[in-house]
Amino acid sequence: MRDFVRTLIHRREAGIFAMLLLITALVGTMEPRFLTLETARIVALAIPLILIAAMGQMMVLVARHVDLSIGSIMAFSSIIAGMMFRDLPDLPIMAGVVVAIALGTGLGLVNGLLVVIFKLPSIIVTLGTLSLYRGLVFLVSDARQVDPQFIPRSLISLSQTSPVFGIPWLVIIALAVAVATYLFLDHTRLGRQIYALGSNPVAAPLRGIKVVRVTLLVFALSGALSGLAGVLYASRFGYVNPGITGVGFEFTVIAAVVVGGVSINGGVGTVLGTVLGVLLLGLVSVALPVLGVSAFWQDVFNGAVIVLALLIDRTVRERSTRALAQARSSG
Amino acid sequence: MDQQKLISARGISKQFAGVEVLSDVDLDLRTGEIHALLGENGAGKSTFAKILAGVHRPTRGTLRMDGRPIEVSSPLAAQRLGITLIHQEPISFPDLSVAENLVLGRGNEAALGRVRRAENAARARELMDLLGVRIDVDQVMRGLSIADQQMVEIARALDSDSRLIIMDEPTAPLTPKEVETLFAIARRLRDEGRTIVFISHRLEEVRALCDRATVFRDGRLVGTEEVAGLEDADIIRMMIGRPVKDYIHKHRARIGEAALEVRGLTRVPAFRDISLEVRRGEIVGLAGLVGAGRTDVARAIFGVAPADTGTIRVNGADVTVADPSDAIGLGLAFVPEDRATAGIFGTMSVENNITAAVPDLISQGGFISAARVRALARSSVEKLKIRLASLRQPIMELSGGNQQKAILARWLHTDPAVLILDEPTRGIDVGVKAEFYDMIGALAEDGKAILLISSELPELLALCDRILVMAEGRLTAELSRDEATQESVMQAAVPRAAGEAA
Repeated sequence: MRDFVRTLIHRREAGIFAMLLLITALVGTMEPRFLTLETARIVALAIPLILIAAMGQMMVLVARHVDLSIGSIMAFSSIIAGMMFRDLPDLPIMAGVVVAIALGTGLGLVNGLLVVIFKLPSIIVTLGTLSLYRGLVFLVSDARQVDPQFIPRSLISLSQTSPVFGIPWLVIIALAVAVATYLFLDHTRLGRQIYALGSNPVAAPLRGIKVVRVTLLVFALSGALSGLAGVLYASRFGYVNPGITGVGFEFTVIAAVVVGGVSINGGVGTVLGTVLGVLLLGLVSVALPVLGVSAFWQDVFNGAVIVLALLIDRTVRERSTRALAQARSSG
Repeated sequence: MDQQKLISARGISKQFAGVEVLSDVDLDLRTGEIHALLGENGAGKSTFAKILAGVHRPTRGTLRMDGRPIEVSSPLAAQRLGITLIHQEPISFPDLSVAENLVLGRGNEAALGRVRRAENAARARELMDLLGVRIDVDQVMRGLSIADQQMVEIARALDSDSRLIIMDEPTAPLTPKEVETLFAIARRLRDEGRTIVFISHRLEEVRALCDRATVFRDGRLVGTEEVAGLEDADIIRMMIGRPVKDYIHKHRARIGEAALEVRGLTRVPAFRDISLEVRRGEIVGLAGLVGAGRTDVARAIFGVAPADTGTIRVNGADVTVADPSDAIGLGLAFVPEDRATAGIFGTMSVENNITAAVPDLISQGGFISAARVRALARSSVEKLKIRLASLRQPIMELSGGNQQKAILARWLHTDPAVLILDEPTRGIDVGVKAEFYDMIGALAEDGKAILLISSELPELLALCDRILVMAEGRLTAELSRDEATQESVMQAAVPRAAGEAA
């Protein structure tokens, strides 16, 4: 019985892993060029920003909320950090990183406050701030791009140099964020309270969970991680553009998180699943061009994957509920 | 009787929105007893229990524990004081494991403190062993039966070393075997010196388990007695002993042929073998306690949740009712109990709500005619004396009674042969209630067959030509107007040991 439940819980991760292998094998057969270290490097560089933001989004979803504004938060942090590097050439890059994270945290807190004070649904609040924050990006930058020559070399080298095994710093930072998120969510009381809140928001306050505080926390963390992703965007792409940076980012991130088995109904989701979800989408985004598929199909694929993931989520949930009921009545 | 008092309640009163639901309750709970709280629906027993558990704050009155005054300001405060309320449907976190559910809310560790899974699981297993139940503590809560979820709640009470454990109708969703297990555990907890408050309306359970019983009626405490010295009849008398109000059934309608006949209607587990008949011009009451299955029968007749077996005849013809639109086509109308979720379209206007069931009457050439909607709605408003600011106003802005009238108006426009009313006067003012009684009488005079579900006995006794009583999904009595009294209805409504009731 216990093993049975374990399997159900872990089946999702196993399923995504199997799909990863399947796609690699399939694309590798059709186009052997795909199975090279170069592909691995491209995938590895495609996903860190998504992975970092996905950790934040996952916590928000587990708490039964959603954060649609992450792309705009990322752009805001990114443009401010970029302008600081441009206007203050001697600024150490750490200062830019700290400012970006602080700005992200602040904008995330604004989302959280709107949700808890006015008791508004987070999907609408963050839809509003998605546009609001993007507007601020254009205002503060006069709609001007921060050009590559102003991005510090040392920042850009984070995406190109590696401390160990040829793995770029960017990837190591993303993995560190994932590990930290795992430790926080799975091994601290506060982390478990996020799951409890999403699992049953009515019962949570009855059990002494400070609902306001936990809600603010998940939005602040999502903002902070989007801010970090923002400064790393400048590193990865070497410029910041008000009309390009982070546009549609929320879509990719939410798709990856949902594919990774995080339930939009709250209470369910793992860091491992989310990491695998991000990998899956990253792999496909690299595989499609290799196969010569038009970039337009990428959007079709991402959209289809979200719908498919939701269908799977529903089916698994219904099946497991039924299976548990049956196991109970026969046992 | 010099047993030690654990809790002393004095003058406990509670008002909701100006309505007093609990008045001046004085009650002592002794250390190491199982104390039953009895009463009809709405008598105040659950409200009192929720005050003890910190879910509600009393409007007036004081609570003492071990002689010292206490403030039970929240469920968490109750837990710290050693008071735990176990809900009928336990409150839990379905996606977390049993062990985690036990630990959450213990609240004695730092927020960023490490979760000691192994320790938590070991403690959870220890508690399950203590209770003598076999529940896998690593399993997610979602997979547990209601009975096991209750056990987890009880384990939580033990974990916080609760001295007062309140069980609010815990046995309703349980099988007989699960009830036995629960009782054995309750007795053991009592013998350890804990106090248990047991809320139930099943007399045989109270007799089997409890040491003392307190009866509530209309928000007041009627009496506290040793269970051993009480007869069922005493308890029932205490539960209903209010004066019968004199609603005069002025309209004596001429009773015609059968409009609705139901034979052997069954839907397991809600109700079994229900047969009844309602004639033109007749008001038939359906009495019983909450959970007796009355609403389920009404929903089955109307096709909301059709029965598994049984036949329905309308105006002498066999019919199949697979969904509500069938029922409407046959001339049935159903005013549901839960107005807010099943009756009104809250944000839509009063006029649209009133005319929602009769698209043919308000359309012209396939389009809805605003003029017809208005005319039809206005006639209802005048006839039923619905009080409102404007016909265009959203219906949820009206008072409960006026919403109810509007729903009734909606169904009257369908000119139904059979009208099923489920708790039509719940939550509405006394004045409007009287209007409703007149209206129901007038409808019967018009030749409509009326099936009236109500938990208010005086209402049934005053209005109905016959009263059918249900208990635990079965019909237990059919009483004519002359036979029906509060005692005879309650005798049939209170569930007894199997066999006795039949």
